Parts: sequence; C-alpha cells; structure tokens
Amino acid sequence: MTAVSATSPLAVYFDNNATTPCDPQVVAEMLPYFSEQFGNPSSIHSIGAGVGPSIQKARARVQALLGAGFDTEIVFTSGGTESDTTAIYSALRSLPDRREIITSAVEHHAVLTVCEYLEKNEGYKVHIIGVDGQGRLDMEAYENALSEKVALATFMWANNETGTIFPIETLAQMAKPYGILFHTDGVQAVGKVPMRLSNSAVDMLSLSAHKLHGPKGVGALYLKRGIKFRPLLRGGHQERGRRAGTENTPGIVGLGKAAELALSAMADENTRVRALRDRLEREIVALIPCSIVTGDTSQRLPNTTTIAFEYVEGEAILLLLSRAGVAASSGSACTSGSLEPSHVMRAMGIPFTAAHGATRFSLSRDSTDADVDRVIEVMPGIIEKLRAMSPYWSVKNNAPASFEPAYS
Amino acid sequence: MWNYSEKTKKYFFDPVNAGSIDDANGVGEVGSISCGDALKLFLKIDPGTEIISDAKFQTFGCGSAIASSSALTEMIIGKSVNDALTITNQDIADFLDGLPPEKMHCSVMGAEALRAAIANFRGEAWEEDDHEEGALICKCFGIDAGMIERAVRVNKLATLEEVTNYTKAGGACKTCHESIEAVLDEVLKAMVAEGVIDTKPAPSCPVAPSAPVLKHMTNIEKIKLITAAIEDIRPALQRDGGDIELVDVDGDTVMVNLHGSCVGCQMSAVTLSGVQERLMIALGKPVRVIPAKAA
Repeated sequence: MTAVSATSPLAVYFDNNATTPCDPQVVAEMLPYFSEQFGNPSSIHSIGAGVGPSIQKARARVQALLGAGFDTEIVFTSGGTESDTTAIYSALRSLPDRREIITSAVEHHAVLTVCEYLEKNEGYKVHIIGVDGQGRLDMEAYENALSEKVALATFMWANNETGTIFPIETLAQMAKPYGILFHTDGVQAVGKVPMRLSNSAVDMLSLSAHKLHGPKGVGALYLKRGIKFRPLLRGGHQERGRRAGTENTPGIVGLGKAAELALSAMADENTRVRALRDRLEREIVALIPCSIVTGDTSQRLPNTTTIAFEYVEGEAILLLLSRAGVAASSGSACTSGSLEPSHVMRAMGIPFTAAHGATRFSLSRDSTDADVDRVIEVMPGIIEKLRAMSPYWSVKNNAPASFEPAYS
Repeated sequence: MWNYSEKTKKYFFDPVNAGSIDDANGVGEVGSISCGDALKLFLKIDPGTEIISDAKFQTFGCGSAIASSSALTEMIIGKSVNDALTITNQDIADFLDGLPPEKMHCSVMGAEALRAAIANFRGEAWEEDDHEEGALICKCFGIDAGMIERAVRVNKLATLEEVTNYTKAGGACKTCHESIEAVLDEVLKAMVAEGVIDTKPAPSCPVAPSAPVLKHMTNIEKIKLITAAIEDIRPALQRDGGDIELVDVDGDTVMVNLHGSCVGCQMSAVTLSGVQERLMIALGKPVRVIPAKAA
C-alpha cells in the first residue's frame, strides 16, 4: 500500500465494518487466476487442472479460520447476503411443516428484510426478539418463542453497528431440543472472534470476504455435516450440488488467503487493535460532553465503537470528518437516504437526541496509534462547531438548550 | 455519499450567519429532533420599513439542512418582509445549485421557518401550528396538509414519492400514504381548476417509451443513407490499411466487400458486425450485413 500523509484526504480509514481494503498478499495470490490459471475447475483438460486444488486449498483455509470439522462444510457463495438468503430458504424448505422463524430486531437487513418478506408474502410467523439499551438480547423472549413450530432461528454473531456480540453458542444450544435449524450471520465476527464450529451447536454460518481484507463479491456458507439442506441455486454440480454456478476462482482463492491472514492476525486484533479502540473511545468521551458509547461494552468486537454525540446530526459529522481526512460511518437517517435513524439504534431505545448523531469508528489490523491520535485531535472541534449551530445546544452553558419547535 | 453541489458544500463547511440574535423580533422554529432536522431562524426586522436587517440560524441536521439554512439567511437579508415571503423552497435549492431529490425537504424546512418567523414578527399565530382540525397527515414527521399543499404547488409535484422527497411526509411508517395521495389529488384538481397547470399530471408510473414510428423509405433513400454511413466508416478502416465497399442492397440485406488488410483478418467478422450496428442506427431499423462473396 502507498503511504498517505496525515493531511491527505482520508488518511484515516475507520470504516472497516463497511468494507476493508484488500490485503496486497491477497491480491497477489488472486492475480494468476485471472490470466494463466483461467481454467474452469470442472474441465478435464490440463488448463483446468491446476484450479481445482487451489479451490481446495482455499476451502481448507476457511475451515481453519472457523474451526470447522470438515472442509466439505464450506460452501463458497457470492457473499454475506447470498449466504444469509441461502440459509434462510434452505431451513424453510427442509422443514416445510414448520411455519415460524425467530430472529432479532437488530439483524442486518440481509436477514431482517428477508424475514419480513416471508412474513408478509408467504405467511410465516416471525418472532423478532428485542434488545435492551445495551443491545443485549431478551433471552426470556427468545426462550418463550422456541417451539417445534419453528423451522429456523437466525441471529447475528456480532452487530455491525455497535459490535455487540450475542451469546451464539447458548442460543444455538437452546434451539437444539426443538429440532430448530440454527443460523448465524457471522459477517462481522469471522476473523475477529475465535471460533471452533466443530464443537458448536451452530448449523449454518454466513461470512463475507471483503470484511476481512479479502475481495468483494465472494463469501461462504458453513453447513454443518448432516444437516438438512436445500440449495438456492440449482443447475450445476459445483460445491457438491449445493451452490450451482462456475466457481469464482480468483475470489475464492482471495477469500482463502484472507482467511489465513485473518487467523494469524486475530491475536493482534484482540490485543493491539482492541487497545487502540479503547483509547479512542475513552479519550473522545472524556473530551466531548454528552457523548455516549452505545452497545454492550463487555461483549463487543475488538475493533468497533459507536459513539452517539447528542444534539448533532451524523451526516454533518461525517462530512466534517471526511474533510479532516477521517472516514467513519453513521447510524443517522440522512446518510442512508432513509428518513429514520438506524433500526439498531431504535431497537436499543437510544433517544432521538443521540441516535441521529451516532458515529461508528471501526478499526482494523491496519489501524495505528497515529490514526487514533488524528481522530482525537479533530473530533472535539467538529462536535463543537456543529453544536454551536444546533438549536438544541447552548454554547454559553456548554449544555443542552431547551427548544420546542412549532411542529413536532 | 450524496452528490452535493460545490455551493452546497461551501455553505455547509463555512456557513454564514450561524448563531442567534438576542434582540430578534421574529423567531421561527420548525422541525424536531426526532425528525432528524430542526431549524430556529432569528430575524431582525425594522418595524417601520419592514426590511430584514439581520438573520441568523441554528440548525440541527445534515449537511444540506445546514447549507439550506445558511443560504436562506443570505437570501433574505436586506429584503422587505413581503419580498422575503415570495421565496420558495425551490428558490433556496436553486440558490445552492440544486439539492439531491431526497434532500429537498431541507429546503422546505427553510421556507417554513421563514414563514414562521415572519408570522411571529407580525404577532400572528403561525397557521401551520394548528393540527387540531385533523390536518396532521404524517405523524412520524409532523407534516400537515398545508405543508404538503405548499410543497405540491410550489414544486408542481405529481406523485407520492415526490411529496416524500420534498416534505419527508410518508417516509417512515408509510401508514399515511393513502392520506397523502388524497391531499395530492385534491390539490392537483384545484390547481387544474385555477388554471395553474393544464391537466392533472399522470402518475409517474414508468411507461415504456413508444416505439419510434418507422417512416417508409424508398430504395433510393435507403441506399443513400447506407452509402453515407459506409463513407463515415471508411476512414477508420483505411487507417488500418483496409477498406470497405458497398456492393448491393437487397431488402434488409446489405452486401459489402472488405479490401486490403481487412481480407483474411481474424477480426473481419467483428468489423462487419460494427458496420451492421452503424447501419442500423443510421436507418433506424434492423439490417443484416454480409460479405458480398458469400451472398
């Protein structure tokens, strides 16, 4: 990677939960598969011959990252969304007599929108389990929703906005006695949380390469050996008939390398990166009044913090951060084109005064102390500037002002 | 990220007239923090001449909300109250060299705050405060029928989607869509009756463009067009040491000969399909181009 100076645009990339830059080592391993190794792994001739083993190697590397028992449990897909959709539809088609689904209010739209669609158009009953103010799942509501009418329980391993980690193993164990298939959207957790799926009650897990310094457009679905499965895409023998379509060889090779690198960087992610995140969060909250860390800080991804700055709006924060060379993201309504703040912030009951100003910093193994210093340097001025303009803030008192507009 | 104009960015990054006026004699407050944007507009108005001598704003909102507020203050300072009241949200958006459609509601908020501030100066209760007659349409964003009507009239909106883009109404829980459509229908009918618009605009459901009407061509006209199109192509082929010659036209089949380095070139099939495409564009109808020798 080329070095960027601290003053150049976007010198600090703290939006790794959105996507990560592809690691140069990943790119290097992928390159031959665009040109000399272009063959179709299904071909008999020698041009396709070298390709099959490289896919097997990638499969073994993903298996190692997940701690899966068998390499055949890994099915390559086009990414997290396809894996999620495949898992959901597979569970429903495998257990056609069961007409209920359990999920949470804070899932990624790749899961939530599909569940809502199934409820509205296909008559499924969907139990949407709520969370508390820290984003922790309502375990009692989950327990009450479990029954033999439920085909699928699907919960994200870690939340993309707050980093809050759900007790996936407990949830999966609780579903077992009812014969429910258990899926987890592991897109944010894979590569950051150590996993040993061979000893787990999890039946299916989705992952995406571009969240772990791999290429976009490739991911995988973990399918525990022996579980019922119905493919989403038919029409080919690829992936043992579980995902038809000629393999995205460069992408799969890239995912494999990314998985290998993520496994070796996991210790760094959970020590050095975690310390960087903690320092960033601690200093910002200390410097800026009325700023709140959201999510469950005791059970959280090591790289993520979402800080809600009260009485200011997230898009305005991001634009000023971007001008200062910092890339972050927001749960604010305005950044997404929708008009309401993020469903995660609302599910957690974060007050509107804060939800609109929720700003997510997501670090990665590329993050440095200098990056953190830069954000700590610019953030107080940005919030101060916006609060000076906000009718909800009194500069004189350095505290919220009372403001009751005409229509509200 | 949004595609903001340079001017919108300028007014966001370095807003003019941010702040408050302690002795303001016209203050307008619109929006709410739950909606995601709110604006408090302070005006200082000369009671004799009714000229706005100063204006400041406080805004909670996104980049375009702050830019719209700042732009508004610049537009009204020095104007009389009556002149200021002629400013519409579209004027604010135009001043900023346009806003993304999803952000038009930011300019509407500016226009509303201006009306509220002037009502406050005149000692009037701002009419839009009154939701008691059941006129509140969108409960999520507190948008009433009057505001929807103004947005529809000023911007000549025709669809529910446009109303949402300009006012936010109906953008959240969507339960008020039917009511919005009813208001929209009523306003559009009234506008037609007043002669403001010719006919009620048809709902903008995507309608496939009608197929172009093919004018009947005589053989002479057709051959002229084909000859002209081939003449256009020749220089490009000649640069590569090749050439093309029109041999005959039979109905929709055009027969040509390739010369020079085009002969035996592996790419000659590609060349022919390129020629075919050019002829189809020129004639406006499908034709087939084949080598004369094969015909």
